Amino acid sequence: MDLVATILVDGLIYAGWLFIVSVGLTLVFGVLNILNIAHGSLYAIGAYASASLVGAYFAAGGEAFPYGSYAALILAAILVAVVLGPLLERGLLRYFYGRDEVLNVLVTYAVFLILEDVMKLIWGVNPYFVYEPYTLLGTVEMGSLFYVGYDFAVIGAAIIVGLAVWLTLNRTQIGKVVLAVIHDAEISQTMGVNVKRIYLGAFMAGAFLAALGGALTAPMISVTPGLGVNVIIVAFAVVIIGGLGSVPGAAIGALMVGISRAASVHLLPEAELFIIYFVMAIVLVFRPEGLFAKTQARKI
Amino acid sequence: MMRKTVLAGALGTIALAGGVTGPAAAQDDTFKIGVITFLSGQAAESFGVPAWNGGKLLVDMLNEGGKLPAPYDTMGFGGMKIEVVVVDEAGGATKQVQEFRNLVQREEVDAVVGYVSSGDCLAIPPVADELKAFTILYDCGTPRVFEDNSFEYVFRTAAHATMDNVSLARYLKSRDFDVPSFAGLNQDYAWGQDSWADFKGAMSQLYPDAEEKTALFPKFGAGQYGTEISALLREKPALVHSSNWGGDLQGFLIQATARGLHERAQLVLAAGDHVIPQLGNKMPDGIFLGARGVNGLAANARGGELKELTDTMWSAYEAEYDTFPVQAPFRMWQAIFGLKTAVEKAMADNGGTKPTDEQLAAAMTGLAWDAPSGRIEMALAGGHQAIQPNAIGTTKWNTETGKMELVDVEYYNARCVNPPEGMKSADWLAQGFPGAQCD
Amino acid sequence: MMRFSVFTYAAIGFAVLAAGAIVLPDWAMFLFAMALAKGLVCLGIVGMMRGGVVSFGQGLYYCLGAYTATLAANFLGVSDIFLLTLLSAAVCLLVGLVFGPLLSSYRGIFFAMLSLALSMVLYGSLSKMSFIGGTDGLNIGAPTFLGWAPEGRPLQTALYLYVVAIVVISGTLMRIYFDSEQGLITLATRDNELRVEYLGASVRNIMAYNYVFGALLGGIGGTIAAVALGHVDPEFAFWTTSGEFVFVAILAGYLSVPSVFVAAIILEMVRSFSNLYFPNTWQLALGIFLLIVIVALPGGLGSLVSRRKGDPT
Repeated sequence: MDLVATILVDGLIYAGWLFIVSVGLTLVFGVLNILNIAHGSLYAIGAYASASLVGAYFAAGGEAFPYGSYAALILAAILVAVVLGPLLERGLLRYFYGRDEVLNVLVTYAVFLILEDVMKLIWGVNPYFVYEPYTLLGTVEMGSLFYVGYDFAVIGAAIIVGLAVWLTLNRTQIGKVVLAVIHDAEISQTMGVNVKRIYLGAFMAGAFLAALGGALTAPMISVTPGLGVNVIIVAFAVVIIGGLGSVPGAAIGALMVGISRAASVHLLPEAELFIIYFVMAIVLVFRPEGLFAKTQARKI
Repeated sequence: MMRKTVLAGALGTIALAGGVTGPAAAQDDTFKIGVITFLSGQAAESFGVPAWNGGKLLVDMLNEGGKLPAPYDTMGFGGMKIEVVVVDEAGGATKQVQEFRNLVQREEVDAVVGYVSSGDCLAIPPVADELKAFTILYDCGTPRVFEDNSFEYVFRTAAHATMDNVSLARYLKSRDFDVPSFAGLNQDYAWGQDSWADFKGAMSQLYPDAEEKTALFPKFGAGQYGTEISALLREKPALVHSSNWGGDLQGFLIQATARGLHERAQLVLAAGDHVIPQLGNKMPDGIFLGARGVNGLAANARGGELKELTDTMWSAYEAEYDTFPVQAPFRMWQAIFGLKTAVEKAMADNGGTKPTDEQLAAAMTGLAWDAPSGRIEMALAGGHQAIQPNAIGTTKWNTETGKMELVDVEYYNARCVNPPEGMKSADWLAQGFPGAQCD
Repeated sequence: MMRFSVFTYAAIGFAVLAAGAIVLPDWAMFLFAMALAKGLVCLGIVGMMRGGVVSFGQGLYYCLGAYTATLAANFLGVSDIFLLTLLSAAVCLLVGLVFGPLLSSYRGIFFAMLSLALSMVLYGSLSKMSFIGGTDGLNIGAPTFLGWAPEGRPLQTALYLYVVAIVVISGTLMRIYFDSEQGLITLATRDNELRVEYLGASVRNIMAYNYVFGALLGGIGGTIAAVALGHVDPEFAFWTTSGEFVFVAILAGYLSVPSVFVAAIILEMVRSFSNLYFPNTWQLALGIFLLIVIVALPGGLGSLVSRRKGDPT
């Protein structure tokens, strides 16, 4: 299989993963105006929760129907969103709405520090492994290369997620309400919108997406402490490139980062680590709002 | 504004109080060791924790006295009770340097035994010499420690990566394995880079016609190797070498076997035995792997003079932890047995008092002792670097017993697969193993 | 009431800290030296915070200074600590002059993200440069002091006193700068940038100056940390390192200079004891502490010591 096609496929697989991980971050920023550093921790908690849930599923006799483990993965992500979403948003973040955006970053940084240790306290410091879902979908042959069906399932999931988010925002009633809140929360409130609920919903959606990213990744790796630390940076890069608050932007950003990383691994491995941040810096320098950012009014 | 000065003064006093009432210094009837190994993170379950489990077990057995065959039947270290402070190796080299200083200056340990990560093993020795603290590196593999520098107070009681990779190449040769081409996937730091360089060097001598295809160096801790596995599948080498360990090795094996890499290329793993307990039957058959010494299953199968010592430790470990010991506890044992031998030798030389760092260093230089891994000799780097025998085997799952076994095990004596004194491993490989004593 | 001049405080500060050289045990002197070195970096962040921007990428200069010193020591044979500090300061000054004007037009999130991106670029580049150690980093030997090559306790003491001197000098200079015209305009910029522009001051210039001072302080702090530790690695430029500097800066607040170093010492003490006694909860404690400071003490520790009248934050 020729080099270009390999790079494209590898890039797409990585981009799919990146998109799922980053779209939640951009959504939360878009609606709540908070750049959530704890997004990485939510990803990690999603991975741990899914490892525990899938492990419990198989221990309780899930061998009979192994495909049920996929439901367990998604259920884990939902649980994380339902538990941590309200806890963080209602319990903490809402006290800081309307304040300086950097202050919010610092608050989420504090949450990140707290959650890192909470994970260690709940799940311990040893690695977790949940391989079964990874190998269930068999292998896919493309030319002379073999991929795992699971990788393509992740791409599929990314597409579904992207379409779902975009459709919800642009084609449903609740989506239009959310867009109104994004543009001007105060006026929306005076028009009778329950802004508090919109914020909570958006944050829970963001948390679900972060946790889903972690849950889908768990079968591929060993889930250990410190998982979230690297993911945050990569998610930031994607979101910055695509534009904070823009879902199509996150997709474009994910594709750009995914393909450039795949190209780098195949062609110039030395540049692999630095290329992502370099692209992020370049975009920030020339188009700080990113490629598709939402407009922000300048405060006087 | 006076409050600022008062505040500063108050803090100063607190700090002094903390300093003065610091942890108690070790007394003369105890020997305090600081043990540093991975207790969290991806290296914990496969390396750090088993190593410390083995170490803890041995320290308890020694403190009881009489539980081991001679010459290890005396209590503790020369009659002194062994006290241990354990520190987590996680957090990177810079953090470890700080922890090392704390151990030596604040906890006042008599000796430091540590370091799984080659990165830490490069950072600590200069600091050990600066603080004049007797230090044993018990696990890390990069040859650079004593080849690029020399140290007075630092000793490594295990052989380094050259041994692992030369043994792999010799195993391939002795099994008449055909290698038209080979590729590598190693972690991007000292251990990974040196392992690949040593394997390449050995292969160029034993298989001069083999073509070297791609050499990949993903970041340490990457965990996801999708793109790298694609590159390896594309290149179609006959053999894929990896010195990955811990979570990185588990991730790589799971992802590679799911995509059939092990069916298209022969996998050879320089240090692979430690993932066998966790992977169980998910580890494919037919992989050639080493345990960085005659450790784990290879030691259990060896028999010979050291059978009693090995069996004592093996059964104690299995009884306590419900699983068999892999390479990490073996290396911790050889370090502790070496330390015991050195302490007792130093005490014999100085009239029976607790030895100083200098006396320990003098005793350890050029020392030789027995351990479950075999005979350990401090034969390189002016007596600071150990050599030991090695073994390579092939994985085979035994469906009857439900356990993984190593079959077709070949043993190599220390002087066959380790460079001789005074020669850098790269040079030894390039010149075709001069002075190697293989039978 | 008599107001003491800043120089009197500097002298008192030096005396108190220098006394540590006599009373503190070795490990505490090392800890204080590291804390003070990192405190220098935080002082740079505080300088920028006074202008209303928070840099999440000071690790760039911390790492740059550390690596400059290490490379100069290993490849150019320079071992004199004064020379090493000067070299790192020069390099960081140059880089700061390049990035300063660029970053001075950014605010808020974008300033934070761009500074973070630049420091991660350095991290990524250094990690792949195997010829200078890659992710393993490099060792640096013990420094000399104008020809004198101490060992053991005298070395620790000399290093400690050197740091204390640098800290006192930088702290004094920064205090003078903070109380100067430019420094006060910086505070005004934090409150309302447009009005400052209309009043005739150049906000871009001020932000650039603050950034360059941050770069200098970061570089000097990194050099001293490298020399004290004996080892550097690309982690110096990783975002979590920068995050810790920001943590200390928030804890200290932007009102008082000594509080920066007090906060840095507190963090170092917590970190130093944490690995042995509470390895899995110290970050939790830091996070909670940070939240408390943000909520209850928006001016940081410094606001406990000096009150700025009418501070609306």
